[in-house]
Amino acid sequence: MEQEELGRLEARCIQEQPPACAAACPVHVDARGMAAAIAKGDFASAARIYRKTVPFPGIISRICDRPCQAICRRGEVGAAVSIRDLEKACLDWAGDLKEGDVVLPKKDRRIAVVGAGLSGLTAAFDLARKGYSVEVFEKEARPGGSLFRFPAGQLPEEVIEADLKALEKVGVIIRTNVTVGENILLNRICEEFDAVYLATGEPPSGGFAPPFLKEGRGDLAVDEQGQVVIDPVTLATTKSKVFAGGSIRRARERPSPIESMADGRRAAVSIDRALQNVSLTAARAGEGSYQTRLFTSTEGVEPAPAVPMAGETLGYSMQEAVLEAKRCIQCQCLECVKVCEYLNSFGSYPKKYIRQIYNNLAIVMGHRHANKLINSCSLCGLCREVCPEDLHMGLVCKKAREVMVSQGRMPPSAHDFPIRDMIFSNSETCALARLQPGTDTSRRLFFPGCQLSASAPEHVRKTYGLLCQKLSGGVGLMLRCCGAPAEWSGRTELFSSSLRDIRALWEEMEKPEIILACSTCYEIFKTHLPEAGIVSLWEVLDNLGLPEAPPHAAEPSRTLAVHDACSTRHEKKVHESVRNILRRTGFEIEELPLSREKTECCGYGGLMFFANPDLARNLISRRIQQSESDYLAYCAMCRDYLASGGKRTLHLLDLVLGAPIDEAAQQRGPGYTLRRENRVRLKNTLLKDLWRETPAGKETFEMIRLNISNELRELLEQRQILDSDIQQVVDFAERSGVRLHNRRTGRFLAHHKPVAVTYWVEYTPSEGEFIIHNAYSHRMEISEEINS
Amino acid sequence: MNAKDAAPAEIDWVCAKCELPLEPGKVNVGYLGSVFPVDLLSCPRCGQVFVPENLAVGKMLEVEKLLEDK
Repeated sequence: MEQEELGRLEARCIQEQPPACAAACPVHVDARGMAAAIAKGDFASAARIYRKTVPFPGIISRICDRPCQAICRRGEVGAAVSIRDLEKACLDWAGDLKEGDVVLPKKDRRIAVVGAGLSGLTAAFDLARKGYSVEVFEKEARPGGSLFRFPAGQLPEEVIEADLKALEKVGVIIRTNVTVGENILLNRICEEFDAVYLATGEPPSGGFAPPFLKEGRGDLAVDEQGQVVIDPVTLATTKSKVFAGGSIRRARERPSPIESMADGRRAAVSIDRALQNVSLTAARAGEGSYQTRLFTSTEGVEPAPAVPMAGETLGYSMQEAVLEAKRCIQCQCLECVKVCEYLNSFGSYPKKYIRQIYNNLAIVMGHRHANKLINSCSLCGLCREVCPEDLHMGLVCKKAREVMVSQGRMPPSAHDFPIRDMIFSNSETCALARLQPGTDTSRRLFFPGCQLSASAPEHVRKTYGLLCQKLSGGVGLMLRCCGAPAEWSGRTELFSSSLRDIRALWEEMEKPEIILACSTCYEIFKTHLPEAGIVSLWEVLDNLGLPEAPPHAAEPSRTLAVHDACSTRHEKKVHESVRNILRRTGFEIEELPLSREKTECCGYGGLMFFANPDLARNLISRRIQQSESDYLAYCAMCRDYLASGGKRTLHLLDLVLGAPIDEAAQQRGPGYTLRRENRVRLKNTLLKDLWRETPAGKETFEMIRLNISNELRELLEQRQILDSDIQQVVDFAERSGVRLHNRRTGRFLAHHKPVAVTYWVEYTPSEGEFIIHNAYSHRMEISEEINS
Repeated sequence: MNAKDAAPAEIDWVCAKCELPLEPGKVNVGYLGSVFPVDLLSCPRCGQVFVPENLAVGKMLEVEKLLEDK
């Protein structure tokens, strides 16, 4: 992943975008953070948050014209949060914060501000804090300008005076009773100072104009209406070093205290930049009011009206403020995290994850903390479905896996087991490709997929029979794996070679249309074998009008909740066919809250179960709690995984083929060993029965008979140890004599490493079979040279 | 990783081939390019090594994971 791509991906996650209120506020008060602190009763922290952005908090918290109010998302469910009243409350109840404003070291540049209203004083304050010498020229006898026009009940004079003391503390000099243009000329000020900010209040109108406009203006341009020409981004005028803002640039608009303050701040930024000789225009998009990209759903938010004030003139009491602050819904996105157990389980959100993944790939030496994050994703794409910006974490993770594999840094244990399973499925032992028996062409080809063959070989056999009977033109059969485990694990070369094999076989069969029973195979073929005509088994059965009659007519009408396979997310035709078939079987259909294009993965996708079994179990448990009804799946892995969580789950073929319902719904899927045996047996039986061919003989070790208790079987399943692994150890030990013997129990312990994993087996030979007591494995290699 | 704190039952194992009790010693154990000497029981004659279950599914697994993320 390149730096540029990283930035592009990160930018699509909007979780860190500001809430609507802070974006609408021209000075970006963090109202969400403030409300969170007040909700906890922490008024001091709230006041600190507020004062950090607002230089005259006492004043603004009383007179702000509140652009935040109209945009507050709480307004859609109850009433907007009274942010300004909370601002006042946090100042009222914070106590003495005892904090001075930080001032940077003094600079030798002088700045003049014309007009001591809110805008001019804000600019003066900001510039003084940056270390400039600031002098304010005010025509009246005291600073404050139009602030004194507010009713004293709303804005008492003491509050103005108290707030303006902050200016003295940062060293601002205020010269009152000085009218620029009369007592001192603007041109003179321009000569004496390094920069000027004009903030004289009301715009020129009806014959009134600031006196400095009457002096020989020089290059200070005005427009046709007599308004000073001001650049909206930098607030620069046409006169060098002179900036202007506040109400002076708001002709025909209502005065806005918060906009005036924001202008003062904007002018201070421009002046500072001008004096440092850096760009005035670069990166200023975040200044002033704007619309946030943050998406926030109000779904499920309980409506709540505004908290009333007992003492209207005094503002909120502490208790009232806490209650009001609690109404803030703390806007954030997290749409994907809400629906995805994987994204939720790592405790953060995509923007952070993408950075972690990028760093993980960039590490040359050191611990790669994000390996598990990368390998745990099911790649299902639900995140993209719910993301307002279409960000797909699955694509990020899959790309990362490919990079890890290409760099030789993929942890071998993450996907080794399912990859070996895939290779086994495609070995001569399981794989098969034949035209329909007795024909020399087949218009169609049934590809049931390796997992249906492993979970329900009888279903494969019966379905193939049904297709041969119902479809004309011949139906061939191909048993093997589509290569999804290689694709998911980032093993691009293995995947390509598997795909090449499939393509060659398909071409040899004269390119029949492929009927796919597995949703994953469907997705793989659709994406990677676009030249092949494909159709899902469900569309075929639906078009054939199967089942003709409800196979379970005796069953009382029952409801099944449909679990759509995540790999069919965008396959509307498949969704419809599945439901049509289901209707024909006489069952009622229930739609889960997350279904069709928003369905969830069962935990098999992306090999999640192998890389992070605990996460997959949590995901299954969450999914099966979404309805009381029995579930219906149409993917063998979905069926088995949901059933593994104890959920009664049927496979659609159980209904089509008329399997005993209760037995089928309750049945747990077969373990790893049985899955392999099922595939082998399926091939061998079909070869014998349909094509009259003799299956290949077994390996010697496969003749070894094992006696394994059910309890041990469960442990072996967890440890991913197959019967064939155990047979190979016993075979090796018995033939070589290399084994340990326990003098007390009489048992043997032997080990063997067929490929990458060393297996240990504790056993007792007994009358033609071997009683297995225990088995375990490790990947570390022992340097052992056994001397004979 | 240490075989010295092995469970008492572990001393019951003898090499079936040489019929000799196992003896503690250093054995090199490696993974993904890293090699460590580990105290393990082995046959003093033929060298057959014994890796107990608790070591394989405990410390060894932990070190495997650690090295895989290195």
